[in-house]
Amino acid sequence: MQIKHTETEGHGARSTTFFWHDPDKRSIVYQIGVTLLVGLLGYYLISNTLSNLERQSIATGFGFVEKESAFEIGESLISYSAADSYGRALVVGVLNTLIVSFIGIVLTLFLGTLLGVARLSTNWLVSRLAAVYIEVFQDIPILLQLFFWYAFFYEVLPSPRQALHPFAGIFLCNRGLIFGIPEYHSAFKIMGFAFVAGCGIIYFIRRWARERQNKTGEPFPVFTVSAGILFGLPLLIWLMAGAPSAMNVPVLKGFNFKGGVSITPEFAALLLGLVFYTAAFVAEVVRAGIQSVSRGQTEAAMAIGLKPGQVLSLVILPQALRVIIPPLTSQLLNLTKNSSLAVAIGYPDFVSVAGTTINQTGQAIEGVVLIMAVYLCFSLATSAFMNWYNKKIKLVER
Amino acid sequence: MKFVKLCIIVFAVVALAGVSMAGTLDDVKAKGFIQAGVNGDLFGFGKPDEKGVWRGLDVDTARAVAAAVFGDADKVKFTPLTAKTRFTALQSGEIDVLTRNCTQTLSRDTAQGLDFVQVNYYDGQGFLIPKKLGVKSAKELDGATVCVLPGTTTELNVADYFRTTGMKMNPVVIENTAELAKAFFAGRCDCLTSDASQLAGTRAVAPNPDEYIILPEIISKEPLAPAVRHGDNKWKDIVNYSVLAMINAEELGITSKNVDQMLQSKDPKIKRFLGVTPGNGKALGLDEKFAYNIIKQVGNYGEVFERNVGVNTPLGIARGLNALWTDGGLMYSPPFK
Repeated sequence: MQIKHTETEGHGARSTTFFWHDPDKRSIVYQIGVTLLVGLLGYYLISNTLSNLERQSIATGFGFVEKESAFEIGESLISYSAADSYGRALVVGVLNTLIVSFIGIVLTLFLGTLLGVARLSTNWLVSRLAAVYIEVFQDIPILLQLFFWYAFFYEVLPSPRQALHPFAGIFLCNRGLIFGIPEYHSAFKIMGFAFVAGCGIIYFIRRWARERQNKTGEPFPVFTVSAGILFGLPLLIWLMAGAPSAMNVPVLKGFNFKGGVSITPEFAALLLGLVFYTAAFVAEVVRAGIQSVSRGQTEAAMAIGLKPGQVLSLVILPQALRVIIPPLTSQLLNLTKNSSLAVAIGYPDFVSVAGTTINQTGQAIEGVVLIMAVYLCFSLATSAFMNWYNKKIKLVER
Repeated sequence: MKFVKLCIIVFAVVALAGVSMAGTLDDVKAKGFIQAGVNGDLFGFGKPDEKGVWRGLDVDTARAVAAAVFGDADKVKFTPLTAKTRFTALQSGEIDVLTRNCTQTLSRDTAQGLDFVQVNYYDGQGFLIPKKLGVKSAKELDGATVCVLPGTTTELNVADYFRTTGMKMNPVVIENTAELAKAFFAGRCDCLTSDASQLAGTRAVAPNPDEYIILPEIISKEPLAPAVRHGDNKWKDIVNYSVLAMINAEELGITSKNVDQMLQSKDPKIKRFLGVTPGNGKALGLDEKFAYNIIKQVGNYGEVFERNVGVNTPLGIARGLNALWTDGGLMYSPPFK
């Protein structure tokens, strides 16, 4: 561009190059053309859809979220009844999807890493068992696994009146696992603050410990101290408040238990299905990551006198994570997306609630747009976090 | 925002493919068969038998439309649909007629872009419950866990019923009818709620049908009617009068057995109905013998009812509201002239 300008100026005011001979300008014209074309196509499709919907007299717009939903939802993290709006019902669905995905991701990471390491174990039995697990759970479609777990819960467990009662305050039946929780006490709020404060203190202790180790080489037992602070502080507050121990215990009343907290078979089946299925893939990712670090690294680390735990955390993992994170991200995204299979086993996730909403209002396009937008947000948030983490642990090449 | 636009575009393509059609009758004639949406899992209404032949009241209704249009009741293909997918399938043009035990409601008839025709089964919602729970009335269901299909009027009715009676409920919502029934039989729910006809069908396939009772309360009106897309009046007339022809035939005493003799009848009503005196067929844009074909190949409403859901079937449902108006029921056909 720069050069061309000087060229034309060099020739004087008379310009002989037409704009279609200039590749830069030409490409701008092309881009405007394509944008216009796509825009026109989009306009045509949207206006056509709208006029078709109108011709069939199907309602449009997102006004329905304000209307009363008039249907009940099986489980909800926030208070909800049939008198609430569709909007609130959809929020209940989003929260249900989030909680199952979040707990699922945490458990999957744990189980998957464990299995991945076990697969590489020098113990023949352990590595074979891990291999069998991975092959079996990887190869069975997730939907079948969900049906299996769900049927397992409702076929094996007894009815509420014959509920299993292993410990005081805990009941296990085909309505779910119902257990007592501590009755609310004002000290709990302060305990929460203490926990958060503990996290802050630990952050500074870690920084101080690292600096000290860099200077003097003397290690500090960060883990033990952290655990002590995290649990010790709230415990101290609890004792100071006079150790409130009133419990909200479930009691069988009529058809079901009243009080306490229950984990439904639908939730448990969905969680188990997702975790066991995805963990098999995560295990393979972890194994591949660890194997990508050459054996010489381990030997070198051991040669300079690091303990086995330190070999893993200081030498192997930082290099393995680089390989593990990207495929791991896609597995975690899969877990979130697969949670939409919940509708098959009756867990009221977002897709299930949105599906009922679509059916009740007849506004399929708006409903599907909402479903896609929500899952896209989940996925983008997950991958944004994982990308940030990936960048953070990237090897610093010197 | 960009994403939302993209979604709308993607969807528009789908919507476009569905609705850019001239008229359903011409489309159906061009492809040579009728695509009907049915239940697929509901014994007595729409379900393939062990040989894979579709059977049921709704299936026969679709066959009647095929007989009227093509003179051949077998020129119909069936698409099994869930409660959630049925309206979208019709709206998008995937099917030509929806005969899937579907309740006519105001919002479906208007905002959802459907048009309902003559009701082919008058139903009402009830509760199926294991005898061993000792419940005698739906008023004792406070705190019960209720198995229910999603995306049905049932889901709404049951919530309404519990709200008006001031009781609490805990729904378990499973999309697939068979899976829902399995969960109910295994005791995941205290009761199953659905249209009474469906409850009879579910009980008929229970491991031990005698262990279940249907509670006496009927908590809703469920006029089950076939539906077509809104705005195609010609096609709506054809489907409507196909259903009415079966009812009218029963009123006139015409059955699949005696329809050939009835062609010789001197009764002007019967002569007009069977197309011996022409006029009705032309008005609908069909063959003059359309009603004859329906009755000959499918039967009158009474025959269809008794064959699929009547007292001699495993469902054992009495005519009740579905008897002719002359027998104290609601089935009534306008004159065919």
